[in-house]
Amino acid sequence: MTAKTDITLTVNGRDYAVTVEPRRTLADAIREDCGQTGTHLGCEHGVCGTCTVLLDGQPVRSCLLFAVQCQGKSIRTVESLADGDDLHPLQEAFVKHHALQCGYCTPGFLMLAAGILENDPDINDADLREALSSNLCRCTGYANIVKAVRAAADDMKSG
Amino acid sequence: MDKVLGKPVERLEDGPLIRGRGRYAGDINFPHQLHMRMVRSPHAHALIKSVDTGEALALPGVFAVWTSADIAELGPVDFRADRASEILKPYRQPVLAKGRVRYVGDPVAAVFAEDPYTAEDAAELVAVDYEELPAITRADQEPGEFDDGLGTEAALLTHTFGDVEAGFAAAHTVIELDLLTGRHSGVPMETRGAIGVYDAAADVLELHGAAKVPHRNRDTLIGMLDLAPGQVHVYESHVGGGFGIRGELYPEDVLVLVAAKRLGRPVKWIEDRMEHLMCANQGREQRHLARIAVDEDGRILAMDDEIFHDQGGYVRTHGSNVANRTMCMLTGLYDVSAFRAVAHFRLTNKTPCATYRAPGRFESTYVREQLIDAIAAELGIDRVAVRRRNLIPADAFPYRLAFDEPHVADLEFDSGDYELLMDKALEAFGWKELQDTLARRREAGEMVGLGIGLFLEEGGRGPSDGARISVDSQGGVEVVTGGASLGQGFETAMAQICADALGVDYKRIRVIHGQTDRIPYGIGAHATRATVLTGGAVHATALTLRAKALDMAAELLQSPADALNIDDGVIGKRDDPGGPTMTLGEVAKRMAPGSKVLGDRPPGLWAEDFFNPAETVFPYGVHLAQVRVDPGTGGITVERFMVAYDVGRAVNPAMVEGQLVGGCLQGLGGALYEEFAYDERGQPLAVTLADYLLPTLGEAPEIECLITEDAPSPLNPLGIKSAGEGGINGVGAAIAGAVNEAIGIPGAVTRLPITPQRLKAILRAAGK
Repeated sequence: MTAKTDITLTVNGRDYAVTVEPRRTLADAIREDCGQTGTHLGCEHGVCGTCTVLLDGQPVRSCLLFAVQCQGKSIRTVESLADGDDLHPLQEAFVKHHALQCGYCTPGFLMLAAGILENDPDINDADLREALSSNLCRCTGYANIVKAVRAAADDMKSG
Repeated sequence: MDKVLGKPVERLEDGPLIRGRGRYAGDINFPHQLHMRMVRSPHAHALIKSVDTGEALALPGVFAVWTSADIAELGPVDFRADRASEILKPYRQPVLAKGRVRYVGDPVAAVFAEDPYTAEDAAELVAVDYEELPAITRADQEPGEFDDGLGTEAALLTHTFGDVEAGFAAAHTVIELDLLTGRHSGVPMETRGAIGVYDAAADVLELHGAAKVPHRNRDTLIGMLDLAPGQVHVYESHVGGGFGIRGELYPEDVLVLVAAKRLGRPVKWIEDRMEHLMCANQGREQRHLARIAVDEDGRILAMDDEIFHDQGGYVRTHGSNVANRTMCMLTGLYDVSAFRAVAHFRLTNKTPCATYRAPGRFESTYVREQLIDAIAAELGIDRVAVRRRNLIPADAFPYRLAFDEPHVADLEFDSGDYELLMDKALEAFGWKELQDTLARRREAGEMVGLGIGLFLEEGGRGPSDGARISVDSQGGVEVVTGGASLGQGFETAMAQICADALGVDYKRIRVIHGQTDRIPYGIGAHATRATVLTGGAVHATALTLRAKALDMAAELLQSPADALNIDDGVIGKRDDPGGPTMTLGEVAKRMAPGSKVLGDRPPGLWAEDFFNPAETVFPYGVHLAQVRVDPGTGGITVERFMVAYDVGRAVNPAMVEGQLVGGCLQGLGGALYEEFAYDERGQPLAVTLADYLLPTLGEAPEIECLITEDAPSPLNPLGIKSAGEGGINGVGAAIAGAVNEAIGIPGAVTRLPITPQRLKAILRAAGK
């Protein structure tokens, strides 16, 4: 279990050659081996969704995957959202609608929302609430997160 | 440019946070760091017979394994300087357990290894031989022995005023309730973390990953480690939520410092979620045997409460503060002339407790408002009318509560119009119209009801905080504070206050907090203090700095200082828009050391000042709830929820609303879902987020928020009253009242959280 394996992880379009134990979680590999610390860990057992990233376009809990399972797949984290100084519409909406306080759950919510809207740009309010209820936030009471994602969805469709 | 104080401007904090560029404890690393993992007790109460570290030490990558014998010289985690209490000292928690463990999770040994996976492997190889002892799991059971000759009732605390016996003797009606508040906690999304670094060249120990009260923790640490203030620096970076429990000094914080110095390597510790749910401070668990005496109109003659306070395995940094705050806030916003509270402050074999958002106030509001509802039910008077009859009237401020106990500080409520806010809230909620609507729904067979909880908050307690503000040669402004940021928007609030006072764009202001090497004193962010206290200091300092800048500019612009104004960082004549101007940056440049224009002035464009409020501010609010009960499942749906709150003056209304709404949902968690339950052997039953049920979006109602500014505080120049804890304060009270009405049984709910099982049992017992 502790013998290390060489793998290549593709994070935000860049290949990282890393040497990991088979038991190393994807979250730890993204953070510690690829240096992308925007992905946070909240519970390490798949309940809170703080560590959500996109794996081949689908939101996943990176604490519930091993890094060795993700070779050859496209991994996208919060660091991929902004294009230089240009924020992603979701990021702009989160700022505008006060959808974050401590910011710890924010990268997970942003990636969850990005995955939801990429897969279903016309998602209705009920389905959006249902999908967003998979992640936990302890600060905001969620209302502003829903507002922000809805605003970003409208913005992305019109833009 | 437009003033920003009072505007819902965007937050300065958000830029890095939405880009994934935050720097939380887990993101802080130092070269050659070791990783610490705690070995924790699996028993609630046991003697430690032996600890064998041999197998763990033999694991490749393990650097050291410590037990209490390795840190024999280190005392227990101390109380904060302002909470020293001799009788409680024997109940403090050792950094590593000595001879006995007192809750599941009590740290027994620490492993230091090259990487966190190895450290966790090695921790499992530490063999501890225990002799299990009977566990005390309830504060209302017979006290036992904490240690040789030391009982588990650490203190019997009292708060009294007036003639309680006479009040009860004169009563038309006496109401008695037996109420329980469940064990909850803040459960921030980021677990705790601490990184210790020893700088041998400077002989300084650095603690990274701090929060809430960095300066106070620095002071505790230098006492425990026998060091000078300049030898311990505490650093706060981003913090993933606090809610009172994060940032207090815990055993692990002390241990990473001791280890960093002795092992010669930085030491990093990041808590996992299971540890967090077993070891970080919990709160709320109290039993109240409460009595209230009223006349025939429901006017309160006396209140009497016997409290059993479950402190858990040790007394942590706050001493008995939570039990004391419970008692002194029990009468709340009612005019009560006789009062007695007695608190049995008892140790149990569960996770230690301390302050969780609105400590003592969530509990006491729940008890008080249940008593008021019970009076209304007993006398057949409307529950709003009973409240109205007993509220402290608007012309009675400042209103003083003076307790008989010489060591208990008096409270002086600074300002308020409680009835006005209650009426505004009821109006906004449509309370009157809802009476008929819900009555019709009940007639149609639905179990629906309304609840009301009035609450009093406290904040901005002194004694003092300072700030230093400087302007650089490009006009950038740095505000150095001893405040702390747990995600509440502290930097933005301070920048807004500074911006208007000084006359600059708030986005050009950088706010420093939680760095003990940048400013010698700091109050931190606790007990709803930050905006009042540090904000007051920033305001005072900005005004001093403004005067300094204008004094210099007056000479340079050849104009009296009082004819000048600063707008967007540019100084010019108030009544001459086209006249000569200069920027704050230019003034700063002209004030550099050695400058010929300085004259007798000290060099540099900077100032420091302090704010020393004499008294605490008392904001207040109203919670209103509408719930529907499913008699089949015992499930409760919160159909509507409102918080109304008089904040004195809102620095940033969007941030105030964020605090209130977020607090409400936490309160709904505590009222309906969240509970740290234990079995009879003291084994915790909620050690994952699948057992400890934080509300998700699925449970979250749209929370309506009414912020008023009818009673600004006379105690600070901006009238601010703070907003951090009000959102959670009266939620338990309002929900309990609403459920009682929904099921048609006054006083039925006696225990929070109101889980479906408990509600089903109530309905079954009532034949419903």
